[in-house]
Amino acid sequence: MAKEETISVEGKVVETLPNAMFKVELDNGHLVLAHISGKMRMNFIKILPGDKVTLELSPYDLSRGRITYRYK
Amino acid sequence: MKTKQDIEIMRKAGRIVAQTLDMVGRQIEPGVTTGQLDRLVEDFIRSKGAEPAFKNYHGFPASACISIDNEVVHGIPGNRKLKEGEIVSVDVGAVVDGFYGDAARTFPVGKISPDKKKLLQLTQKCLEAGIEQARSGNRLGAISAAVQKVAESNGLGVVRQLVGHGIGRQMHEEPQVPNFGSPADGPVLKAGMVLAIEPMINAGTYDVKTMPDGWTVVTADGQPSAHFEHTVAITEGEPDILTLS
Repeated sequence: MAKEETISVEGKVVETLPNAMFKVELDNGHLVLAHISGKMRMNFIKILPGDKVTLELSPYDLSRGRITYRYK
Repeated sequence: MKTKQDIEIMRKAGRIVAQTLDMVGRQIEPGVTTGQLDRLVEDFIRSKGAEPAFKNYHGFPASACISIDNEVVHGIPGNRKLKEGEIVSVDVGAVVDGFYGDAARTFPVGKISPDKKKLLQLTQKCLEAGIEQARSGNRLGAISAAVQKVAESNGLGVVRQLVGHGIGRQMHEEPQVPNFGSPADGPVLKAGMVLAIEPMINAGTYDVKTMPDGWTVVTADGQPSAHFEHTVAITEGEPDILTLS
């Protein structure tokens, strides 16, 4: 079963929202609403404002993303 | 990364997938509905002691994706009857002991036009060219570039919005396996990686759209599309196709 294509971008968390959602500013200045990937939720990786993260975006909806990695 | 034991379990799942597609291929004829084919797929997979991987995957309502003519992938089986001259893509997945196998083929219904025949042959050739590059030491992009070259040098469109994928304990794992790109792109392939390589090739433009059912992807220009897929393990030597009967 084919997978929908996603692109990876980097950004900085600017705000923590309810329901494990975050507002992330991309390196190009765009603001994206992001949720956290299931795997990161399972491993209790805590994300705070100011953290640098990697996001997965669908090229067809660039306003929402999924956080897949938090840099140390 | 998969161990040798993991890959042998995946080979079991892959064999069931291939046998399912062999079985479906023998049932394809004008008048059969896609819903009947889906039932055969589900019963066959279960009779082999495996689980249909697609059923309820992100809410997909069936065991097979069945996509006719201008439908690219993810067609939902139902009451539609196959007609002479159509091409029908059947995509099937099975789970054995927690490991996935995934493959697809596009079949002709009765006698098809020379253009469609050529589309099927070339899409199959795209898959073979991609698999040929699935070797440790190559970058993932070598697979993508090989597929793209066969398709575009023959004037066909390579779907961009959908990609192949890593596969193992989940159906969709990292990395994505696009069917377009440069041999310098992507991670270096290593023995123990398993990829679902799946060119989706359109007779016309590469552009596609999703139907209101939220699943069925169709070509933007209404021209036919073909889809062939194998699950392939990277080894130290030759690519190891796991979805063979």
